[in-house]
Amino acid sequence: MTYMLISLTALAYVLSLGSYLQFLYTGKELIGRLGTGFLAIGLIIHYLALLERSRGLHTVPYHDLYGSMSLFGWLLAITYLTLEMYHHHQRSVGAFVVPFILVFFLAAHLAPADRLTPTPARGVAFALHVTLSILAYSAFALSCVLSLIFLGEQRLLRSRKLGDIVWRLPSLELLERMSQSSVLVGLISISIGTALGFLWVDRLTGQYWYYDSKYIITLVVLLLYVIYFQLARTTAWRGARASKLCVFNFIVVILSFTVVNLYLSQHHRYF
Amino acid sequence: MEIVLVGLNHRTAPVEVRERVSFTIEQARRAAQELREQGILSETLVLSTCNRSEVYGVPPETARGSAVALSSFLSSFHSIRPDMLTESLYHHYDQDAVRHLFRVSAGLDSMVLGEAEILGQVREAYRAAHDHHATGPVLNRLFQGALEVGKRVRTETELGARPMSVASAGVKLAERIFGKLTQHSALVLGAGAISEQVVSQLHDRGIARLYVMNRSRDRAEDLAKQFSGEVIAWGEWDTALQLPDVLISSLATQEPVLNREILHRAMAARGNRAIFLMDLGLPRNIDAAVAKLYNVYLYTLDDLTDVVQQNRNARQSEIPRAETIVEEHVGKFISWQSSVELIGLLDELRGKLREQRAAFLQERLAAMHNLEASDRANIETMMDELLEKLLLAPAERLRGEKELRRKIQNVEALRDLFLSGREKP
Repeated sequence: MTYMLISLTALAYVLSLGSYLQFLYTGKELIGRLGTGFLAIGLIIHYLALLERSRGLHTVPYHDLYGSMSLFGWLLAITYLTLEMYHHHQRSVGAFVVPFILVFFLAAHLAPADRLTPTPARGVAFALHVTLSILAYSAFALSCVLSLIFLGEQRLLRSRKLGDIVWRLPSLELLERMSQSSVLVGLISISIGTALGFLWVDRLTGQYWYYDSKYIITLVVLLLYVIYFQLARTTAWRGARASKLCVFNFIVVILSFTVVNLYLSQHHRYF
Repeated sequence: MEIVLVGLNHRTAPVEVRERVSFTIEQARRAAQELREQGILSETLVLSTCNRSEVYGVPPETARGSAVALSSFLSSFHSIRPDMLTESLYHHYDQDAVRHLFRVSAGLDSMVLGEAEILGQVREAYRAAHDHHATGPVLNRLFQGALEVGKRVRTETELGARPMSVASAGVKLAERIFGKLTQHSALVLGAGAISEQVVSQLHDRGIARLYVMNRSRDRAEDLAKQFSGEVIAWGEWDTALQLPDVLISSLATQEPVLNREILHRAMAARGNRAIFLMDLGLPRNIDAAVAKLYNVYLYTLDDLTDVVQQNRNARQSEIPRAETIVEEHVGKFISWQSSVELIGLLDELRGKLREQRAAFLQERLAAMHNLEASDRANIETMMDELLEKLLLAPAERLRGEKELRRKIQNVEALRDLFLSGREKP
């Protein structure tokens, strides 16, 4: 059952990617809609695959690295799809986002799962803390992709080498707005998620704060994205500078996800 | 049920002839009415644009006969010598006429390949003819097909997707940077013809505010008045350059008017808000070094001409895809036309067989004196049932099987075979 769900999810994401790429190449609206449709189908089956995996292992998706990665891919897909709907079915970005979703999904499900012990019940606050944190990271990932597209398109426009691609991508202004929307989703999620984390720690230990490198890096990430959000809306930084800052911020997020989680943090392994 | 088309366009006729043969809406209505009253056509539609005048029709007799009468009609309707028209007019019949209309509707036959306006013009011409009851089942089907082809070509190919003039390329590029222009403003330097073209396009795209600056204030005011803009005094660079998102310059000047220093100051005052500069002047009005400033997008006339050329090539490469859609719909129309004709033929055949059945029975039953009236009635009913049974299966197959209709190419040959001696209804 799990294998079938994984195969079907992968197939839906591959078809979505193929359709989005074809849409980028041909500009055919119908094919773009197919891309969105396959992505939505992939999301549903991906959810079932996550559910099946958790049931089978008697654990939650974020209890191990692979589950966290899969959940990350799923939340990235949801964030992107919401953004696509919100910004008037702007589908040309899909071809750049779906590869990340697919890579995270495949990496999570093709790699051998850790030997897992059933997760102890930690309550709703903890589950929301983790899910909102991963949602925030996926929103930041999306804003990074959008900023990279902005930088590429702007370079083409400034160098007057338009090619076919420029006519299919969203306008620079829309890319900026999409990136800012995505960062806003990330900021709200990470703020609530972090607050819930502190609340959960307080309930468990009776104290709000004790030192963990993850706290510091999370606050740095939060601060960096608040700075981006402010600067991107002020004229002097609007454009390439804000986009470069957004890409830089995501590099910090990746550091938080990898180096800090694996080597420095005591209490955060996979999120 | 033939179709005839007689017309001329930008390829076959010089502008002097096209002007004389064009139709106003009222003229088109009158021409369609006269053509039907004179019995030249039973269904009529006049399509008249600045580049073409075409009359589509369904003739009561043969298409070729009607084409000659139609040419004479055009000559007398527009009071133009027949010999002047002869060289310019083209005649298309049936499948060729259908294909021609579908190509026109797709923008494949336009002066500017893939232009969008023609589809609206075809729609208007059809609506007008339909409202005046000049069309019938054939032209209704034909023009509905043409509108579908036009729509499909525009949504499924990129034939009309990219700008093909310097003015529209500039405006589209502005939209690549700023998105919708309804919240943005433009400044025009110079009030020449090319600036006017760009301003007209910006106006059509809903630009929020328009400012005009020109050495001659009178000309600036004329342009500003035409497009509901405001005039800014010449030389007020620091004020003027803070306002617009798009700047169009087409000044006649030997030296660049806007140099790096002026723009650098302006960008600082604007807080680096992006600006798109279209330098349409020759010699150039804006120093090339300006392009290096942060958030400045500078395009010269040559750059925009290159964009247009790239787009032209891209449109050319879309022709095969558009032609495939046209051919698909030509096939559909011909299939529909055949089905209508074939089903009509079967009805005629049924009528002929009934007549023959009546004559046959009358002759044979006359010799059978011992039959009761009820037996005679039964025999007639049975023969009718047999006839219906024989014709039912082919009629159903003709209605249901496209491939069969496609195979039966020549309905007239079938008519000759089964209905020789009968006049076409």
